[in-house]
Amino acid sequence: MTHAQQAARFADVADVSARLAAAGYLPDAQIATTVFLADRLGKPLLVEGPAGTGKTELAKALATATSSDLIRLQCYEGLDEARALYEWNYKKQLLRIQASQGTDGADWGELHDDVFGEEFLLSRPLLTAIRREDPTVLLIDETDKADVEVEGLLLEVLSDFQVTIPEIGTIVATRRPMVVLTSNATRELSEALKRRCLYLALDYPSAEREREIVLSRVPELAPALAEQLVRTVRALRAMELKKSPSISETLDWAQTLLALGLDTLGNDEVRETLGVVLKHASDQTRAAAELRLN
Amino acid sequence: MTDGGLPAHLDGFVRAVREAGIPVGISAAVDAAQVLTAVDLLDREQLRHGLAAVLLQRAAQRQTYDVLFDLWWPLSDRPEVPAEDGDDVEAVPDDGSTDAERQAALAAQLREELLRRLLDGDEEALRRFARLAVDQLGQGQPSASGQSFFSYRVLRALSPDTLVSQLLDGLLGGADRGGLAEQVARQTVRERLAAFRAAVEAEVRRRSAAERGRDRVARTAVKPLADQVDFLRAQSADLAELRRSVAPLARRLAARLSAKRRMGREGRLDFRRTVRASLATGGVPVVTHHKPRTVHKPELVVLCDISGSVAGFSHFTLMLTQALREHFSGVRAFAFVDSTDEVTRFFAPGADVADAVQRIGREAEVVTFDGHSDYGNALGVFAERWASAVGPKTSLLVLGDGRTNYRQPGLPVLADLVRRSRSAYWLNPEPARLWGSGDSAADRYAEVIPMIEVRNAAQLADFVTTL
Repeated sequence: MTHAQQAARFADVADVSARLAAAGYLPDAQIATTVFLADRLGKPLLVEGPAGTGKTELAKALATATSSDLIRLQCYEGLDEARALYEWNYKKQLLRIQASQGTDGADWGELHDDVFGEEFLLSRPLLTAIRREDPTVLLIDETDKADVEVEGLLLEVLSDFQVTIPEIGTIVATRRPMVVLTSNATRELSEALKRRCLYLALDYPSAEREREIVLSRVPELAPALAEQLVRTVRALRAMELKKSPSISETLDWAQTLLALGLDTLGNDEVRETLGVVLKHASDQTRAAAELRLN
Repeated sequence: MTDGGLPAHLDGFVRAVREAGIPVGISAAVDAAQVLTAVDLLDREQLRHGLAAVLLQRAAQRQTYDVLFDLWWPLSDRPEVPAEDGDDVEAVPDDGSTDAERQAALAAQLREELLRRLLDGDEEALRRFARLAVDQLGQGQPSASGQSFFSYRVLRALSPDTLVSQLLDGLLGGADRGGLAEQVARQTVRERLAAFRAAVEAEVRRRSAAERGRDRVARTAVKPLADQVDFLRAQSADLAELRRSVAPLARRLAARLSAKRRMGREGRLDFRRTVRASLATGGVPVVTHHKPRTVHKPELVVLCDISGSVAGFSHFTLMLTQALREHFSGVRAFAFVDSTDEVTRFFAPGADVADAVQRIGREAEVVTFDGHSDYGNALGVFAERWASAVGPKTSLLVLGDGRTNYRQPGLPVLADLVRRSRSAYWLNPEPARLWGSGDSAADRYAEVIPMIEVRNAAQLADFVTTL
């Protein structure tokens, strides 16, 4: 098996936790185990969950923890092969052909080999990640935003880690990148893609873990206030809001309290700063009513 | 563990997961075996998360999976409970008091212990305590088939819900009641009580599995996935769960619908822009530019039965209507019981659905007679008052069970509406085999309009992708 030859990046699950924590990301048992398995089994990691639960952050922390470079492919509707994999630099090719028209003896075969050479190839994230010889983490962000056809493209790349360019040949990865795909679950990804990946559902963290995250990211915050903050955010999440506050919004809130120099979280403070965590007017009215702020 | 050792045990577990409605392919099963070689088998949580990573494909499956995992990979029977601090429950003095008295004393003691643990908020300790409580209080009458355990016995003896006010006092620590602090504390209490209840239930399941065999327990313990819950049988807890699942579903539907609007071939060649762009490539038009196509804006008319018999279903579809309203301007919603009224105004973008449903019940004129469904009259009123709502660009969506209370079904009116619309569908929350039974006119309606069985969220999702 090819990926068995690759040296494992992590020794065990505890090692994953420790190194991610050192990179500024506090994983829970589920995240650490799944990351460890993704490394051991040599499979891409599909991370799914609501916005702002630290999916992209996980990939960045992985890159730091394994001292790899992060290559990012941001998906969007209309993303195609030319943007994701590779593209020929038409304009440059054209100039090359026009330039050779004046000179005599320029053989067509020679010219053909020339314009379809390395120099005219525009490498896009997927091809870049495969060709790299240094350790790499490939982040395919918001996979659900891309069209279904892109998934087909990903299947080929992710199962064999090779790309076939008709004019050049097949390029096989010399060093397999660690692949992280993220999705907000706005649409169901295809079964085929999911089958090739390890699945990690990221949800809002437990109260304890969220408090730790807040304290590690905003160390100046008093622990008692962090506790109060996390519990308030959890109360907000229990309501039926259009957009529940995510971890990043909890952190924003912590920063805000710090910047304003507030040391308790009472009715007035929450009412004044609610806009930091809730971004819909209807959500704010609702939260104010349910928390009896007025 | 079964005779075939670890592989056979894993195989049994995978099969149980499959039976619970989670599709697990052969490759996933192979991966699961590989996981066993990679993780530390002595660490149960590692095994749980490791297997979940290869066996699951959606977040909604996790709950079912956890129940099954606890049954197939149970904790050992002798937990480390007695060694815990403060677990001096064994020391109830045997001073000749009756069984009932001793039981009551034990319950009181455990109740105090529970209060302490709940205030403390340490989940692991709470779980250990739940196991102890089941052991001490959950036993039913021993019968020929063995000892059985019941969660209701534990919960009745400890009545954790009556601890709420003490817990609030403890959490607020002398601060004033009312306002933000109390609401936040209440939420914390709710979470911890729910965690305790879940722990008790899990422990009872574990013990029952040891007694009665895990296959039987698995079959009763596993709840259907949220999107498989029957609309008409949905309990209020299921509805809350459905409401959570509708948001991503609606977003998915809207994304798909709008994608369809935007995709497709590009419009006519934009000559001017193409020529200008070609200047960069020496006059060769390498990249062509096109005018955006004039898109056909879909107009959707939703006609929804909101009578009591289809309450769960109509609530769900109204949520969907609301979500679609936020993405398309051309959605109009009508509700009916025995008369019809337009309810689009209740679904202004940003409005709250639960609120809207209540206001519809209060303000919309959907009942003129006796509050029982009258499809004939409702369709008639709709066709008469909003004749212009259905045109050649309109998709018509009728939602209801087609149970007419033996009144006029109003077939010709519906047939006329269908003829005038671009496309029309009827979504019926009843199983197809019941169409036409009793007062259902669904089979007759099905002759004039395509009728689709939509009993759960999964079927609804299937339908909309074909829209």
